[in-house]
Amino acid sequence: MSAQPPSTGTPAGPDRGRLLLAVLLGGGFLALVLLLAWGVSQSDRPDRESLPSPLIGRPAPEFSLPVLHDASYSVGTAELQGQPYLLNVWGSWCPGCQVEHPVLARYAETKAIRVVGYNWKDEPEDALRWLEQFGNPYWVVVADYEGGTAIEWGIYGAPETFLVDAEGIVRWKHVGPLSDDIIDTVVAPMVEGMRTGG
Amino acid sequence: MLPEIGQAALLLALVFAVLQGFAGLAGAARGREDLAAVTRTAALAQFVLVLVAYVLLTLAFVVQDFSVMYVTDNSNSLLPLIYRYTAVWGAHEGSLLLWALMLAVWNAAVAVLSGRIPWSFRARALGVIGLVAVGFLSFMVFTSNPFERLLPAALEGHDLNPLLQDPGMIIHPPLLYIGYIGFVVPFAFAIAALLEGAIDARWLRWSRPWTNVAWGFLTLGIAMGSWWAYYELGWGGWWFWDPVENASFMPWLAGAALIHSQAVTEKRGSFNSWTMLLAIAAFSLSLLGAFLVRSGVLTSVHSFAADPARGLFILAFLGVVIGGALLVYVLRAPRLAQGKPFAAWSRETLLLVNNLLLASACAMVLLGTLYPLIADALDLGKVSVGPPYFGTLFLVLMAPLVFLVPFGPLTRWQQEQGSKPLAMLAPWLGLAVLLGLLAWFKAPQGALKTGFGVAGAAWVALGTLRFVWTRLRAKGRSFTPEMFGMVLGHLGIAVFVTGAMLVEAQNVLREVPMVPGETQEIGRYAFRFDGVERVPGPNYMADRGHVQVFRDDRPLVLLHPEKRAYASGGQVMTDAGIHAGVRADIFVALGEPLGGDAWAVRLHIKPFVRWIWAGALLMALGGFITAADRRFRLPLKEAR
Repeated sequence: MSAQPPSTGTPAGPDRGRLLLAVLLGGGFLALVLLLAWGVSQSDRPDRESLPSPLIGRPAPEFSLPVLHDASYSVGTAELQGQPYLLNVWGSWCPGCQVEHPVLARYAETKAIRVVGYNWKDEPEDALRWLEQFGNPYWVVVADYEGGTAIEWGIYGAPETFLVDAEGIVRWKHVGPLSDDIIDTVVAPMVEGMRTGG
Repeated sequence: MLPEIGQAALLLALVFAVLQGFAGLAGAARGREDLAAVTRTAALAQFVLVLVAYVLLTLAFVVQDFSVMYVTDNSNSLLPLIYRYTAVWGAHEGSLLLWALMLAVWNAAVAVLSGRIPWSFRARALGVIGLVAVGFLSFMVFTSNPFERLLPAALEGHDLNPLLQDPGMIIHPPLLYIGYIGFVVPFAFAIAALLEGAIDARWLRWSRPWTNVAWGFLTLGIAMGSWWAYYELGWGGWWFWDPVENASFMPWLAGAALIHSQAVTEKRGSFNSWTMLLAIAAFSLSLLGAFLVRSGVLTSVHSFAADPARGLFILAFLGVVIGGALLVYVLRAPRLAQGKPFAAWSRETLLLVNNLLLASACAMVLLGTLYPLIADALDLGKVSVGPPYFGTLFLVLMAPLVFLVPFGPLTRWQQEQGSKPLAMLAPWLGLAVLLGLLAWFKAPQGALKTGFGVAGAAWVALGTLRFVWTRLRAKGRSFTPEMFGMVLGHLGIAVFVTGAMLVEAQNVLREVPMVPGETQEIGRYAFRFDGVERVPGPNYMADRGHVQVFRDDRPLVLLHPEKRAYASGGQVMTDAGIHAGVRADIFVALGEPLGGDAWAVRLHIKPFVRWIWAGALLMALGGFITAADRRFRLPLKEAR
């Protein structure tokens, strides 16, 4: 867009005008291509669009929710305190949760940390059937049918995963399906650090 | 077996595209007319082959061949038949095939309809289109094969994104793609002209209708998308300055500028190299749009799944096309002849201002769209650029354009006494200001915007009609389709401005919890909520609300806003209940259930919102009618 619409002859002479045009067009074009190339190289970074959660480094919002398998029990921040836990938001309606399910199951088997399921806006029958079909990797599953607690946690989609330490401080949050890569490079070292540090 | 044939057809089409590119450019460069003649055959063969591939993919959807991965990912045995046809372009691979098909259509049309222009020029233009087709087809064949098999075949598909299961979606993408890819024709003509080293009024005249038609389709496509977002997303807005909307808007702005500058170049021989640059820019921005949508570089409600390999491929393609075009431009453009000189007050000057304003708006949108990426690259933090930036700057840039529109047609080429058009228009300017003032005082809210909106719209409409009147009274001067198209386009601006400004100023929104039997009043309207019932759809379960609307205490309409939960995937879609009207839309959307029988309900009154799309429709119609002018198809001597 930077070229001059030619009306009458340019005072600087045709050669200088031509050089200027070439520099402007070429420079703009190169800058654009470099920028886009950088963008492409970043586009598969999973956390690229996620804003850092304001919860990180702060106490996890308190909750107490009925247990999916037996609604007469409730589990919440009070019960979970004392040991770190991984809070995984899922729903039987969520395709991304199916994708990350085997990853989560493999990690849960290592027993490195309690994996707490947070069943969000789901019919209990559907959720139970889902766990039966795919396997239940969770230490416990709480059910938030109305989605009231989710608002305080800033959950806006599933799957989402929070890492909370023994003091009940949120350490890390991930939006979207977990991958083996994320578990190995991010979650496992942090959990290891919490164990040895605390 | 059939999907394999489709894939083979695509590969063969790629071979023909390579042949077309080579035969066209080499044939023209070597002066071999026989070689250049191959382009026509290659273009037609490509069209047939891509059409075969497209039909086969559609067939795979219709018969639900879940052994094709793309079909499995984007349909479901419950999907209604009509959406199986449209699901073809529901995701990346298939929509790319639709692009390729549209390109093949334009390509074949140029090959068939370009008999009158000199062979070397035609060969070069077709050669350029051939190379573009090589890019698109190899992108599809190497990174995004829609016919890829899924073995073992799935028993059931994942379903089409529910957002896309909608009548508006049936026509939005095809219209948009025809427009996007249509800019390949002026682009190819510009490159061919630069390679020839001279601009001939004949070629320019011949390329004008193509630009107009492509721009008209792009206008329709964008308007259709805006309308779809309005009723389907349930937000009640009509434009969001979302990166993907911007991606379609940038070529539109460049195209609008191009339509005008092409007219100057054809008629006066001025702006030669500027017109060439705009033609390059319009198509480059179309490609940039495709890149932004498909590479995952920017996120938006529209974007396809991110895949760096694809992103890299389009980027390389983009780099070759734009870089190559700019290189040819820089080397050749300075040789182009300068046009006839013109005075400071002339139609040329007005069109120059028009072009500068449209180009600035385009640059502004480009900067705003890429800024989050720039900020991220320079580590300035996460930034999002939203309506406050775009809306304000766009208004600032378009206001002078709106003011100048009526002067254009009334001002003569080359030289004009400034007082003449001013004298003709002064009374109408006065009337428009008067109407604006009246609206200002009568407006219940948003007086300033209402006043300016009404004044601006009235000014454009009256000023344009003043031109029609002058023209009709003048003896012996015909009123050509080209003029009629221009008048419609400019009236479209007036209608659009009315809609955009008034809905912005007068729109009323109320978000309230309602229990059955409760009534809410907004101005002259009353809304009685009669509860929600569960209704099964073909592949979803809907909560359907019943809202009785009254105007002046008389029943007006019963609206049924819905929230649909789709069987597969569990996505929830809102489907607003809308009563459309010339003066206002009544828009009711269902929010969340609040326990008991209570629901959150959004009640909207949107005055004049239809005028936005009506205006766009008029503009597109103007483009088509202009393109239909016989003058563009006459041999050179008879045309002047």
